[in-house]
This record gives sequence, C-alpha cells and structure tokens, in this order.
Amino acid sequence: MFNYKTKEKLIGLFFSTTGIMTLLILIGIFAFLFVTGIHTFSEITPTDFFLGEQWNPAAYGEPSWGILSLIIGTLMMAFGSLVMAIPMGLAGAIYLSEIAGTKTRELLKPAIEMIAGIPSVVLGLIGILFLSPLISQVFGLSHGLNALTSSVIVGIMVLPTIISISEDVLTSLPNEFREASLALGATKWQMIRMTLFPAALSGIVAAIMLGLGRAIGETMVVLMVAGNAMAMPTSFFDPVRPMTANIAIEIKEVVTGSLHYEALFAIGLVLFVMTFIVNFISDIIIENRARKYKW
Amino acid sequence: MVSEHSKQKIYFVFFQSTMILSVAILLFVLIFIFYGGAGVVNLNFLVNMWSHREITQGGIFPAIFGTFLLAVGVSVVSIPLGICTAIYLNEYAKENLLTRTIKLAIRNLAGVPSIVYGIFGLAFFALFLKLGGSLIAASLTLGCMTLPWIITASEESLKAVPNSFREGSYALGATKWQTIKTNVLPHSFSGIMTGAILGLSRAMGETAPIIMVGATFFIAHLPSSPFDKFMAMPYHLYILATQHSSPYAREYALGTALVLVALIFMLNLGVFALRYNLRKKKAW
Repeated sequence: MFNYKTKEKLIGLFFSTTGIMTLLILIGIFAFLFVTGIHTFSEITPTDFFLGEQWNPAAYGEPSWGILSLIIGTLMMAFGSLVMAIPMGLAGAIYLSEIAGTKTRELLKPAIEMIAGIPSVVLGLIGILFLSPLISQVFGLSHGLNALTSSVIVGIMVLPTIISISEDVLTSLPNEFREASLALGATKWQMIRMTLFPAALSGIVAAIMLGLGRAIGETMVVLMVAGNAMAMPTSFFDPVRPMTANIAIEIKEVVTGSLHYEALFAIGLVLFVMTFIVNFISDIIIENRARKYKW
Repeated sequence: MVSEHSKQKIYFVFFQSTMILSVAILLFVLIFIFYGGAGVVNLNFLVNMWSHREITQGGIFPAIFGTFLLAVGVSVVSIPLGICTAIYLNEYAKENLLTRTIKLAIRNLAGVPSIVYGIFGLAFFALFLKLGGSLIAASLTLGCMTLPWIITASEESLKAVPNSFREGSYALGATKWQTIKTNVLPHSFSGIMTGAILGLSRAMGETAPIIMVGATFFIAHLPSSPFDKFMAMPYHLYILATQHSSPYAREYALGTALVLVALIFMLNLGVFALRYNLRKKKAW
C-alpha cells in the first residue's frame, strides 16, 4: 500500500501529465494546420493569394488563387450581421440590466440563451425556406440567396453573444454610479446614457468583438443561404462566398496533398488568425476591466 | 422641444420592443419548425430505418442513433481530459505568466471556427492516422473542438470556489488532493456539469466539421464499429434542405430539425434547472 505522500505525488503527477498533454494536443492542432497551410506560399506569392481577385483553382491551364473576393464575402457578411445585431443587442442588454424587473429578467435570459442553442444548420434551413423567398419578393430579385439574407441570419446568431456579454458588463457596474447620477437629478435614461454607457463602453466593444468572431467563423448558414457565387460581390444583393463556405464546398473534392488542398488549409489558417486576433482583443479588454474595476 | 421624460419614454419603449423582437424571433423559429415538421414526426419517423428511394416510407432512426453515438464519443474524448486539464491549470499549475497565457490561449481557442477543427480532423485523424471518414474520426474532431469550451467552463467554476475553503482544509492538515476532493470538487461539480452538457449540446448540432470526417446521408445499416461511417441529424437535414429532389424533402428536413432542436432544448433546460438550483444553494 502506498503511503499518503506517494499517493499525493502520483495524483499530482496524473493531473499534471493529462493537463500538459491536453495543452500539447491543442498546440499540435494549430502547428499541424500551420505547417500544411504555410506550404501554399512556396508556390503562390502572398500578394497573389491575398490580393488576387480571382479564385479559380480548378481552371484548365492557368488556375488563379486570389482569395480577396472570399475575404470580402466574409467581411460583408460579418459587417451586415453586426449592423443588425449591435443596435438590437445593446438595446436588449440595456433593457435586461436596467429596465426589466427581476422576474422578467430571470425569464428572458434563458430565452436569449436558447437562441444561442439553436444549431446553425437549423437557422440555415429557416433561411432557405422562409427568409430568402421573402427577401427575393420584397426586393424583386430572381432568388434570395445573397449577402443580405446570410447577414440577417448570422445577425440572429450573434445577437445572444452581444446581449449576454453587454448585459454582464452593465450589471457589474457598481450601484454607486447609478445612485450618484440619479441624485444629481438625472432621469434614468440620462443616467444610462451619460454614466453607465461610458463606463461600460470597453466591455461593450469586447462583446461586439466576440460577436464578430462568431460571425466570421459561421459556416452552415452561409453555405446554405449566401449563394456561394465566386464573382467579386458589388452589393448586398449579390451572392457571396465567404471563406468558411469555400472550404466546406471544396475540401471534399480536392486531391489530398495537392496545391488546392494546401491552399484551402491556408484559408483555414487565415480564418484561424482572424478569429484568434478578434477574440484575443476582446479577452484583453475584459481582463483589463476586471482588474480596473475591482469594486 | 421634447422633454427628457418623454425622450426616456420613447427610448425605453424602443428597448423593450427590441427585446420583444428577439424573443419573437426565437418563438418564430420554434413555431416555424414545429408547424412545418410536426406533420411527419411520428413513431415510424423516430424508430424506422431511412428509406432512400421513398423518403416517406422510412424514418430517421439511424441519424438519431448516429448523433447519439457521436455525443457519447465526444464526451469520452473531451469531458475527462477537459476536467483534468482545468484541475491542473487551476489547482496544480503555478500562478504565473505562463499559466495565465495558457488560460488566455485556451479561452481564445474556444472561439475558433468549427470548420477549422473540421479541416484539421480531416487531415490528421481521417487521412494522417488513416481512420478514414468514421465515427471515431468525427468523435475525435468534435472532441478537440469541445475541449477548450469544457476547460474554460470547468476552470471558471473551480475558480469560483473561494480560497478560504481550501485554506480551511489545509489548516486541518489535509493534503492537496484531499482538499480538492472534499472541499473544491463538490462545490464546483454542478458548474462543471453544466459546462459539459452545454458543450455537448453544441457539439451535437455541429454540421460543418462532420461533413468532412465521415457523416453520410445514407447507409443501409447502423454503424457496427467505431470505424464505420454514420448518419447524423444535422447533416441529414442539411442534405434534405439543399440537395434532395423529393417533393417531401422540405417537410422531412423540418421534421428532422424538430427532433434535433427538441433534443438540444431538453439538454439546455436541464442546464437551466441545474443552474437555478445551484444559485439557490450557494450562499458565499
């Protein structure tokens, strides 16, 4: 039988090994992606890759490898979804934290989380069956699979993130802020606008960044309703093919190890770096707030 | 000139109606799925094998079963590893810059798009390890994706246990593991469980990664080993919605969506109940 000291050491060793092993696995994933994706740039110059307007790897003779139209597709869709989700999200957060009563809040918060629980493929289905026919009818288009439709649906997906993080930020503000403002004769709305909002601003930016990260990475919705045409989009009524959708469409058809395969990994790498930076910034902001506002 | 009070009234009505709109969107989605899909959901739909020729003759049992197996696979891969890693990071690792950086990196990994995990799974598990498109490759892929979620959630609930609990235990002469076992884990257990269930329910609805690592629209038999391909509800409804020619495809896609959403919402409701109980009990 072990004595308790050996046992203690073994248990410590067990947790350390599993912990460190898991961390190595997670690092390994991205090392693997990096090695596969970075290979692309030995054959395609980064300028051609990032600034080329044509993505046509299967072209006979001279394939083109520019992902600019894909990046623009992603950015349009992300921008469109935020235009919808930021005002709605902030309004919702202010309502939940400052206006609604406790009972209403207890009821509404799970409902908002439920929206986050709906799988993206189900929202994509709603997009195909309901929203895209509606949009094509309202705007007189031949079909409704375009940047606008996908922006609206992705906006719905991003909404819960923005509401719940901004609401956390607002609720965490000390009551002294509210009381001092009201004591000076401010109305509730003046208090929210002039006292709470400035104090919460960085946290709200963090919430928006997290939402942006989700929008950039969304795959199923855009695959189903963005239209996926390869041409450079000129308006929100054009079909777009964001980076995520492009990977999903092409990865099953490429020859393993070919340049096309590696280029898709390079796109994956771009996505990874974009979302990582966005999440990183929002995390730093939230950490700083937690340290600054220790009340 | 509009007075401050009427301005406030206008804004507050706007905020309230926005909130009502958000809830209305949720209700609309649920009602749309229910209204369109309930017609095809019956016992036959739930327990029969999928019939490829006449989709009205069969059911989605293999897809339900596949999603269930996948959930089991993902839990086996990610829950134990995730919890052990969180215990290591929060209880054993020294609190220094390196640990803080690692925690930050893991939180960020939780936001990496699922499709990125998908191409990794394809390249590494399916092709490099030669697991092919299979249940095990998909479980490992989704497991890797869920891991950062579970670590983050577990770590947060471990961190929420006040340090005085640990100190009190040490003061009585308990060892580190005795302290963790008797004074830390019992108080963070339900928090860890809610994190794990939420992660699992999100993994069950994921579609993009499994497209690449073994989900298939139709197989005639249930998967008999981890190396078989499998059907899964999200992929099933994706194909029905986008690539199927049957006139009934739309209804069947909605029916599948209804079953999937019902399953995920039940898990979510369980989490809410658990969390509600937790908050009532917690007094520190």
